[in-house]
Amino acid sequence: MKKDIILAGVGGQGILTIATIIGTAALNRGWHLKQAEVHGMSQRGGDVQSHLRLSDKAIWSDLIPYGKADMILSVEPMEALRYLPYLSAGGWIIANKTPYKNVAVYPDLVGIYAAIKKHPNHVLIDADTIAKEVKANRAMNIVMLGAAIGHLGFSAAEIETAIQTIFARKGETIVEANLRALKAGIEA
Amino acid sequence: MEKMMLLGDEALAQGALDAGISGFYGYPGTPSTEIIEYAQRSRQTSEGKIHCKWSSNEKTAVEAAIGMSYSGKRAMATMKHVGLNVAADPFMNSAFTGANGGLLIAVADDPSMHSSQNEQDSRYYGKFAMIPVLEPSNQQECYDMAFHGFELSEKYHVPVMIRLTTRLSHSRSGVKRRDPLSQNSLKKPDDQFQFMLLPAFARKKYKHLIELQQDFEQESVQSPFNSFILEAPDYSMGIVCTGLAYNYLREAYQNQEIPHPLIKICQYPLPTKALRAMQEVCDSILVLEEGMPVVEDILKGIAFKGCKPIKGRLDGTLPRDGELNPNKVSQALGLPDTLGSEVPPIVCPRPPALCVGCPHSDSYLALNEALKDFEKGHVFSDIGCYTLGFLPPYNAINSCVDMGASITMAKGAADAGLYPSVAVIGDSTFAHSGITGLMDCIYENANVLIVILDNSTTGMTGGQEYTAFGKLEEICAGMGVPKEHIRVFVPLKKNWDEMVRVYKEELAYKGVSVVIPRRECVQTLKKKNKLETPE
Repeated sequence: MKKDIILAGVGGQGILTIATIIGTAALNRGWHLKQAEVHGMSQRGGDVQSHLRLSDKAIWSDLIPYGKADMILSVEPMEALRYLPYLSAGGWIIANKTPYKNVAVYPDLVGIYAAIKKHPNHVLIDADTIAKEVKANRAMNIVMLGAAIGHLGFSAAEIETAIQTIFARKGETIVEANLRALKAGIEA
Repeated sequence: MEKMMLLGDEALAQGALDAGISGFYGYPGTPSTEIIEYAQRSRQTSEGKIHCKWSSNEKTAVEAAIGMSYSGKRAMATMKHVGLNVAADPFMNSAFTGANGGLLIAVADDPSMHSSQNEQDSRYYGKFAMIPVLEPSNQQECYDMAFHGFELSEKYHVPVMIRLTTRLSHSRSGVKRRDPLSQNSLKKPDDQFQFMLLPAFARKKYKHLIELQQDFEQESVQSPFNSFILEAPDYSMGIVCTGLAYNYLREAYQNQEIPHPLIKICQYPLPTKALRAMQEVCDSILVLEEGMPVVEDILKGIAFKGCKPIKGRLDGTLPRDGELNPNKVSQALGLPDTLGSEVPPIVCPRPPALCVGCPHSDSYLALNEALKDFEKGHVFSDIGCYTLGFLPPYNAINSCVDMGASITMAKGAADAGLYPSVAVIGDSTFAHSGITGLMDCIYENANVLIVILDNSTTGMTGGQEYTAFGKLEEICAGMGVPKEHIRVFVPLKKNWDEMVRVYKEELAYKGVSVVIPRRECVQTLKKKNKLETPE
C-alpha cells in the first residue's frame, strides 16, 4: 500500500502543517515516509510544493515520479493545476477555491475552476469560507485536509489523533479549532 | 531507539551531535542552513556547550573549524556550494595541514539552481583538494556519515568533505540514532609543524597527501556506503550511480532486482579497480550522478576513448544540466516512463517576490525616484531577498554576481568613469564580504554611493543572526567614511521626501557615502510577535 501526495500552494499557506499531520498518522501505522520540501527563495510568495510519500514498504526516491501521484492537495486553485504532470490517471485533485492573488494579472477564475473540473476525480471547495463558518479562520489548510482524507484511506480518528499530538503544545483552544475545521472539511 | 523524522540537513547535524562534535561553524545558505539551525535548537548543544553561532562568512567559518580541530576537538563547517568558493583558500590548505580533531566540511549543492547563482559540483573541490568525500544517498546515511567522517578524519589526520544536494538536504525521513559519544578533550597537535605551511614544510605535506591517496581509495573500497555488484544477469550495461541517484535507480526498478552489474558510490576517491572491472565485463556503462558529470568525465577520460560506450550527461543519455529525478533516470535506463496531463495554458508563473510591507520595497522605490534623471544601468546589487528588486514593479538593480560584488563592482565602474555608481547590499551580505570592498573604496576615495539595506537579519535564508548586527554605522565610520556621509532613515512611505532627499544629496557627493535604510524584516517581525503573543 502506498500513497504519493503532492501538496501545493503559495509560500506561507501552511502546506507543511498538512504534511506533518498526514505524516504523523502514517507513522502511527508504522509506515515509511519521505517528505521533500521547498526552502529558500521560492518561499517568498512563490509557488511551493511538497512531495509526501507514504508506504508500508521501503520508499526510495524523495521525489514522486511524474504520472504517479495519487493526489494533488492544493490550498490554492491555480496551484492545483501546476502539478498535473505528476498526477496518475486515477488520481484525485483536492483544491481550495480561494485564489491567492500576488501576480500582476491573475488568470480568469472561471477558467481555472473549469480546468480542475475537467478532471474526473476532483473536490473543489471554498475552504477559507468554511474555516470562517466554523470559527477556525486560520485553519483553512485543515479544512482542505479534511476534504482529502477520505480519498487517502485514512480514517477521521487517525487524523484527529495526529492533530491532537501536533497542536497539543499550542493549547486546547487551538486543538478544538483545528478539529472543527477537520470535521467541516470531511463534511464539505 | 525510536526513529526521528529529520531533513537530510538535520540528520547530519544530529549525527555530528551524537558523534561528539564540539563546534559548528557556518554562514547561512540554501540548502545548507538547516544544519546549524537544527544544532542551535538542540538541547544537546546547550548541555554540551557546543559552539554553533553563525560566522561572518564561509572563510572565517572554515578557519575557525580548523582552529577547533587544531585543539583536538571535532568540528564541522557548513555552507552552500558557492560558499565553498569563498572558503576555498582555507579549504584547500586544510588538506595540507590536515586535521587533529575530526574536521568535516559539509557542503550542500543546489543542482537546478532552486536558490542559487550557479550549480557547481563540490565533488570537484574534493578531488581538487585530494581529500575523501562522502555523498549520502538518504537521511540515515547523512546521520551515519557524521560518525564515519569524523573517524576517517582522525584516522588519517585529514579533513573530510560531506556533499549534500537540495533534494536530500530538504527531504525528511526516519533516522535511527546511535548511542552518543562524548566530546574529545583539549589536545594540541603532537607534531608542532602540522599546521605550519611555510614552503619547506608545505612541500613535505603535499608529498604526504599524495601518499595517502591509495589509503583513501582503499577506504572507498571497504566503505559501508559503497557497494559493488559485478555479477548480474544482463551485461549489456553496467550502472555506476552516486549519492541520491541510487534512490532514483531503485525507484525505476520498483523494488525488483536490478538486472545489471551495479556500483553504488557514496564515498570518494573513486574505487578504480572495481570500475575497471565493470568496464571489462560490461558492453557499456551508464553513469547516474546528481550534479555535474564528475564520475562520467573521469571514466571517459582519454584512456577509455574508443573503448566501450559510457553513457550519461556527456553523451545526452541524461540532460547535461539540472537535477535528476526518477523519470529522467527511467528514461536513461530505457524503462517505461509515466507522465500525467499537461499543465493547462491558463496557469501563469508565480515567481518569488518581495513580501507585502517589505522595507526593501520602499527603499527601492525612493532610490528609483532619486535616480530618475539618470539613464538606467547604474545600480550594482548583491545576493539576498533584495535581488528580487530586479523584477517589476521595481526594476531597480542591474547586477547580481556574488556575495559582496555590489560594492566592488560599483567601485570598478566608478573607476571606469561611470556616474553615478551605486551599490545596493544587504546588512548581512555587507558583514559577509562587503566590508573589505568598502575598504578598497575608502583607500581610493571612489565616487560611489553604497546603500546598505538593513532589515536587521539574514532574510533570504529565513532570518538568521549575523555578526555586524547593530554596528553598521560604527564599522563604516571606523573605516573612514565621513560621518556626515553615513545617513540612516526608516524606509516607510511617510518618509518619502526624506528618503529621496538623502539619496539625492549623497549621489551628489563626490566620494564614498553610505546610506542605511533601516527597518526590520516583516518575516522576523511576524515570528517575534507570534512568540510574544501566543495564539
